[in-house]
Amino acid sequence: MAELHVELVAADRQVWSGEAGLVVARTSSGDIGVMPGHQPLLGVLESGPVTIRTTGEDGDGTVVAAVHGGFISFADNKLSLLAEIAELSDEIDVQRAERALERAKSEADAAAERRADVRLRAVAGVH
Amino acid sequence: MGAKLRVYKRRIRSVTATKKITKAMEMIAASRIVKAQRQVAASTPYASELTRAVTAVATGSNTKHALTTEVDQPTRAAVLLITSDRGLAGGYSSNAIKAAEQLTGRLKAEGKEVDTYIVGRKGVSYYGFRERKVTESWTGFTDSPTYADAKAVAGPLIAAVQQDTAEGGVDELHIVYTEFVSMMTQTPVDNRLLPLSLEKTAEEAQESSKGEILPLFDFEPSAEDVLDALLPRYVESRIYNALLQAAASKHAATRRAMKSATDNAEELIKSLSRLANAARQAEITQEISEIVGGASALADATAGSD
Repeated sequence: MAELHVELVAADRQVWSGEAGLVVARTSSGDIGVMPGHQPLLGVLESGPVTIRTTGEDGDGTVVAAVHGGFISFADNKLSLLAEIAELSDEIDVQRAERALERAKSEADAAAERRADVRLRAVAGVH
Repeated sequence: MGAKLRVYKRRIRSVTATKKITKAMEMIAASRIVKAQRQVAASTPYASELTRAVTAVATGSNTKHALTTEVDQPTRAAVLLITSDRGLAGGYSSNAIKAAEQLTGRLKAEGKEVDTYIVGRKGVSYYGFRERKVTESWTGFTDSPTYADAKAVAGPLIAAVQQDTAEGGVDELHIVYTEFVSMMTQTPVDNRLLPLSLEKTAEEAQESSKGEILPLFDFEPSAEDVLDALLPRYVESRIYNALLQAAASKHAATRRAMKSATDNAEELIKSLSRLANAARQAEITQEISEIVGGASALADATAGSD
């Protein structure tokens, strides 16, 4: 099966890199799925969960990450996801995100609410 | 103990205490350089991918964007100067300030007004003492800058670039910081961030990808929108990189300054103990000659009375 190389990079570190068969991310005009051999693409990401179907040596699996704004670029079977903040689902502290969500709701802070919501959805694996 | 010897002993004690402090500071700085270097390395993938993307959009489309096009008659430029909050780093801050002064002079000679933006308390106090106008300044994070700090710095700069020149906006954005070349060498550099010189970024990208031709990209939603979103991030990431490099350079400069302070203290202790030894010896010699003199005077006196 064809593979594409994925680099998920946050501003201050590299979050994840590996081989994948499919990457689904949310751009400003809707969800986009990228498979190997896709035409070169450069898009603006909305904050939302990114799903990576991995095909690496450790077998098939799914990596979900919460990405807050950024870019997706694909060329030569190499996909880069650039985000100011990116977290893998297993790095996310659910309780903290829930607390943040409640606090954001009570303070009517839309941006913070959205961030917390994206984190929780990434953990739940709901796209 | 004689007065002279006591003074020397006291000075040796105080210099030894100072040496201990400078030695500790040297070691702290050395460990921080490594940390700062790691941060620079960790931020590199994001910066290089972003540069690649910017180059791809800018060369792969005919989009004209406020942040990439050069103005015919630039009348105002912004200079961002990165210094440190704390001293004890040799010429680190003053070298960066000097480079900024040179750049400002050059821009003024070209007939541009210069708006100064400063990071770090040293730069702020330099300009404050000379009562020069500073458009905006930030302090408190130069030792370990985070991306949020870089965003805070980049915000007003990007806003100024996007504003019309007539309404107080700027046409160009320059950044002066200290580049971390190696443990021993750090050089202040000035870079023009905006408008982007595309030839240069394209060249850099070509070099890094070894002559690989950039593919024709499909833009989502459109080339303009992508560029709109991309360029502020690009500026932020460049400023972040500059802040990190400046932090690493500051720690390296501190380490070097503290190392020479420690060496000087050692030298001083050595020469002071020589002096103290000589003083002690002189004291002993004097005591002996006094005793001998006294004894022979006594002997003469007894011999005379007989």
